Amino acid sequence: MREIIQSIKNLSIGFKSQDGREIAILKNISTSINRGETVGIVGESGSGKSTLALAMMGFSKQGLYPISGECIYKSKNLLDLSDRELEKIRGKQIAMIPQNAGQSLTPNLKIGYQVEETLKLHTKFDANERSIKITELLNKVRLPSPSIMAQRYPHELSGGQQQRVAIAMALAGNPDLLLLDEPTTGLDVTTQAHVLELLNEIAKDTKTSMVYVSHDLGAIAQVSHRVIVMYAGEIVLDGDVRQVLRSPLHPYAHGLLNSIPKLSLPGLPAAMPGTPPQPDENSKGCSFYERCELAINKCNSSKPELKSLSNSQTKVRCFRHDKLEEKELNKNVDLILPQNSNEKRVLNLDNISITYARQSILDQILNRFSDKNITVKDIDIDIKKGETIALVGESGSGKSTILKSIAGLLSIKEGQINFKEDINLSPDVRNRTNSQLRGIQLIFQNPDESLNPSHNVEEILSQPLKLYFGLNGKELKKNIIDLLKKVRLSEKYLYRYPRQLSGGEKQRIAVARAFAAKPDLILCDEVTSALDVSVQAAVLKLLQDLKNELGTTYIFVSHDLAVVRAISDRVAVLYQGRLCEIGPSSEVYKYPSHPYTEVLLGAVLEPDPDLKPKLAAEDIVEEKPPENGCSFQGRCPRVIGEKCFKETPPWQISNQGNAIRCHINIKDLLKNQS
Amino acid sequence: MFLLILKRLGLGLITIILVSVIIFTGVEVLPGDACTSFLEREAKGELLEICREKLGLNVPAIERYLTWSYNALNGDLGFSLSGQKPISEIISVRIRNSLVLAFTAIIIGIPLAIILGIITALWRDKLPDIFISTIAIFSMTIPEFISATILILVVAIWLNWLPGIVIVSSNTTILELLPNIILPVIAISMVMTAHMLRMVRSNIIQVLSSDYVQMAKLKGVPYWKMVFVHVLPNGLLPAINIIALTIAWLLGGVVVTEVVFNYPGLGRLVIESISDRDLPVVQALALILALIYVGVNLTADLLTLLVNPRLRTLQIRK
Repeated sequence: MREIIQSIKNLSIGFKSQDGREIAILKNISTSINRGETVGIVGESGSGKSTLALAMMGFSKQGLYPISGECIYKSKNLLDLSDRELEKIRGKQIAMIPQNAGQSLTPNLKIGYQVEETLKLHTKFDANERSIKITELLNKVRLPSPSIMAQRYPHELSGGQQQRVAIAMALAGNPDLLLLDEPTTGLDVTTQAHVLELLNEIAKDTKTSMVYVSHDLGAIAQVSHRVIVMYAGEIVLDGDVRQVLRSPLHPYAHGLLNSIPKLSLPGLPAAMPGTPPQPDENSKGCSFYERCELAINKCNSSKPELKSLSNSQTKVRCFRHDKLEEKELNKNVDLILPQNSNEKRVLNLDNISITYARQSILDQILNRFSDKNITVKDIDIDIKKGETIALVGESGSGKSTILKSIAGLLSIKEGQINFKEDINLSPDVRNRTNSQLRGIQLIFQNPDESLNPSHNVEEILSQPLKLYFGLNGKELKKNIIDLLKKVRLSEKYLYRYPRQLSGGEKQRIAVARAFAAKPDLILCDEVTSALDVSVQAAVLKLLQDLKNELGTTYIFVSHDLAVVRAISDRVAVLYQGRLCEIGPSSEVYKYPSHPYTEVLLGAVLEPDPDLKPKLAAEDIVEEKPPENGCSFQGRCPRVIGEKCFKETPPWQISNQGNAIRCHINIKDLLKNQS
Repeated sequence: MFLLILKRLGLGLITIILVSVIIFTGVEVLPGDACTSFLEREAKGELLEICREKLGLNVPAIERYLTWSYNALNGDLGFSLSGQKPISEIISVRIRNSLVLAFTAIIIGIPLAIILGIITALWRDKLPDIFISTIAIFSMTIPEFISATILILVVAIWLNWLPGIVIVSSNTTILELLPNIILPVIAISMVMTAHMLRMVRSNIIQVLSSDYVQMAKLKGVPYWKMVFVHVLPNGLLPAINIIALTIAWLLGGVVVTEVVFNYPGLGRLVIESISDRDLPVVQALALILALIYVGVNLTADLLTLLVNPRLRTLQIRK
């Protein structure tokens, strides 16, 4: 018989709205967590997944309070306990690993102290035993030289290391139940894969139950035994990980899985229409009714219950789940048409180098620069009209830096940026002509920050039109409405302010603003990483449609290899500001020739529990690129000797058309990888 | 770290030199010179010649700047025309008086502001916060000259508890001075404490809503331990710079308050020497005020550097 660690009964959590109404963001949740089990809770932003996890420790975020229901741990309802009683349970019996470890570690306290704090509170160890235990814990989460690490402050650690400290802190109390709130979001792919592997080992060793909250089905697939899918504050699907991810029996889960770009499937994923309902929208029917393809009248008039299926442990909240049994996943995918390579050149990066290092006064006077390990070096790329070229790499790979210097926001130190056939772009944006500025537009990662909150949509879109084309009056208005249509938004959005738009709508406005200038080249800086997957799919589709319609050229920067696979014609892989590999997407993904590309692709998580990531390289963070030799020397699993450290590797071109920069002969590389 | 301190010191020095040049040229470009403006209608003939001779106005400006700054470095700030004494003699007594006033206000006001700020933040939107914050906003909005006048009216004239204005001479002993500073200190503290309290309050509220404080709660850290270990050190860090500015403001002479209470401090000296058209004194005072501001801000920067681990190491790495 399975032992239940925590059971949640009819839990509702909500807040009081300004007009005094009680609005629930978690609605009548009932579920339980068994000992030794890892449960993944997945859902998009606003689905209530984090609120549910926090409730499992008897904690509600500011402004929220439990409306009804119970969270029962060891026959006590956590929601009824006093702060004093909760302090004894929190950190000892139930521990939390937070989303953003960097911000969850107190900045003025040393790592060792923060781990020791848990030990002091929840164990009877004396000072000596505690210091031994700290070393042991830091060792367990595989932090290098634990005794030195304990003396460091949080900001001196890399993101992955901070996350490991948070894990060590949570393990210090030896808890029965670990709650993980998006623990790998914001980490690099390789780091993420390592952290997940560590979590899996801990789960196996300690038999701790885990609740893993994430929007990332790839990560959920790697760690969970059971998956709960949440939508609009309700559980819509609950079942075994393979069952849920392979044949999801709820239309929302089905759509969610379809909207994830996958490495194994080229082309754009299918987008889900619509947006989730607001918490105060109360409908009699199913909360997914508006967006559901299978909906019938019954779905709008009565609410489906979460029902167990007769032949399995799966529970589903849908009247028509049987219709999904035959429906296959990953079917409706738009394929990208290959581009005509005879087009004219739009942009040429001619051996550009960029540095963030400040010049010393002497160097400034002599007008030279003496940075030996320069941030970005020797980038040489030709971009043709109508092409989408992606720059990929982990954080610190220089991909955004390159975008900034193309936009003229960051001066290049060497080389030249040539625009179209013969225009030599000034490195400084202030010296560029109006038409050069118009020709290159930028879309930012976070539309919350890139749209002026005090301007409405009309004002936002009118600015490029006024600036570049001098439009006004009726003509201006007509153009703005045309732009809105282009990004699939109706006229009624004209007078809305950014705060009145959803994340996806905001990004559409940002896209419209870029297209308003009728640019030759659009720079996309992680444009989908702040969005939910279903919205991401829609934005990718929009970008692709606009490109097909207008023949725009994109430079697409992303850390997400699957997204890049879906949208790009050509990929450039960067490590520490140096190009490692460049070639047609299909080839780069098919034959990961460069060792770094191989490592990167190996670490990508697919939403399938049986596709495990390959952890080829050490998970270390390099602060600076090496002075000599190959940029990847520090982490490369295929180093062949002195050569790699001393000489800059040569370019080699494979038969498939991708160029790689490695000392190993391209044929040998392919042989090793197959 | 050491290099960084050196760099800050160097910058401070450059600021002082620049300020001294600006002050000197400022006085220089005024129509007439120190003697003509002081002597006014009598500025002619022998009297003017004697005055110019005494102040050394007959040599070129650059040479005078160099002698002025050289002398200032040695503690000689020049000669007061109205007081007919070396300026350093006049100013040193005034500085002492201002220091007495400032330090009393600092000793009372800053801890009070920090404690009240913490209380209002921890009991945010509860009774203690509403009560204290209302009073704070009230005393912030009333200008000093009004609150000072009301204080004199109530405490000195109606109740007759304390002297209303300071009637001791500027160079009395500190002990004699003490009973006279009570009202000025209250008047200054009201504004100062209210401003700082608001700052401390908003800083701590920000820290209270941070992820790491939530994390500390979820680790099971008891409330007061969390407040002292996780909240206060981080919440009070930004207050250092505000405190520094306040101290500089206090040391530079609280002009309005000093004038209302007739207090013989630096602030009143500024007003007096301006109305006496005593340019050498004005020039010397400007230099001293600049020194105080630079000095106090420098100390605050170094202090922040010392207590904030983030600044300490980030600088080395970059």
